[in-house]
Amino acid sequence: MKKLLCLFAALALCTPMLSAPAAAAGKPAPLPRDSVYQLPVQLIDQDGKRFAWASRRGKVQLVAMFYTSCQYICPLIVDSGKAVEKDLVPAERERLGILLVSMDPKRDNPAALMSIIDKRKLDRARWTLASPAPADVREIAGVLGIRYRALADGEFNHTSALVLLDGDGRILARTEQMGSRPDPEFIAAVHRATARP
Amino acid sequence: MRRLAALLLLVPLAGLAAGAADYAQLPGGKFRTALKYEDRKGDARIAPFALMRKPVTNAQFLAFVQAHPQWRRDRVARVFAEPRYLSHWAGADALGARALPQQPVVQVSWFAAQAYCESQGARLPSWDEWEYAAAADETRRDARRDPAWRERILRWYSHPSSQALARTGLQAPNAYGVQDLHGLVWEWTEDFSSLLVAADNRNQGDADNAKFCGAGALSMDDRDNYAVLMRVAMLSSLDAEDTTVNLGFRCAKDLK
Repeated sequence: MKKLLCLFAALALCTPMLSAPAAAAGKPAPLPRDSVYQLPVQLIDQDGKRFAWASRRGKVQLVAMFYTSCQYICPLIVDSGKAVEKDLVPAERERLGILLVSMDPKRDNPAALMSIIDKRKLDRARWTLASPAPADVREIAGVLGIRYRALADGEFNHTSALVLLDGDGRILARTEQMGSRPDPEFIAAVHRATARP
Repeated sequence: MRRLAALLLLVPLAGLAAGAADYAQLPGGKFRTALKYEDRKGDARIAPFALMRKPVTNAQFLAFVQAHPQWRRDRVARVFAEPRYLSHWAGADALGARALPQQPVVQVSWFAAQAYCESQGARLPSWDEWEYAAAADETRRDARRDPAWRERILRWYSHPSSQALARTGLQAPNAYGVQDLHGLVWEWTEDFSSLLVAADNRNQGDADNAKFCGAGALSMDDRDNYAVLMRVAMLSSLDAEDTTVNLGFRCAKDLK
């Protein structure tokens, strides 16, 4: 225990010294060890634009996994995101990004992703739909705590969750309650996270 | 002095990345897995693959951690490994009395196991591959119908996990030349998070809370195969950053 305390003391002393020069040089502070952005993966969005997973850093994010051909729960995942969005005041909404990551990148090309944006009338100022490389899907699912399996008919069997990330990619809240009536505790967490810049 | 020379000879060998000799070649083919999925009719098809003969040891994992210090327990990203990761080692890059070099490495997360295999130009085996390899006994490629064999495997599961782990490679190789698939540690599979046990669907009848999208629930086709059932139950309960005192891994490769 004393050893642990020493460690904390050392950390408290060292961290400002370590981060100050980095900030002075204009480099971003290192990612926290519990940030999901530690995962070095790239995605392609509905516009065909490639971006680093970690580039979502800097803004509070609502993240979920889905796939475009999903008939049953995935529309509910979009409903959940919209319900959260609706519950926010404009200033809060400005501070939130919503990212839906496909677990079916082989079929979810930019055109397929865009079709969902159009069909569900998603506000592109806030919503991004994106596909990782096929080999990276399970790792993203891993940091988000999502389980899935590809079925023989092209559908997926999967768990569904909305995950709220702070600006550094730390998980603030998580809900598996899908649909247009979101979990009040989760909504409260989104309000807290987006309350101030 | 001669002893030292011998040691010096041994060290580079031990530090070597797992070579071809460490892998057994498995022919694959049709395989009746004990897992029954609504959407999968008939047998699984397994492509030829190579599988490490033994689980990855502490010595091998230490070499990996030294070459890739981002996987040291004091530096690893928390999203990739929970606080118990390698906590039985004496230090961040030292094994110690509770982690002997030839014991299988345990307390490793799925992310860490993945990264290790990737560093060897390999990958984790799929569940189907693991189950296929583990269906063999010393002489038969599929010993699962033999009650005596099942009994033997089951006996291991009744041992308390507080006992020190044996070294790898002490058990006789199975028909493919693979060792320790049973009786030593549990093992990660690449697709562990695809094992969605239907019983986990706790909110049946409530559409808003339905846990899975679509059909395809998993059930057991072979209810007497408790050993497999327990593995599935265990893997389906884990998150990718989790570690346990008796969960290790071995790597696999595609065979072209």
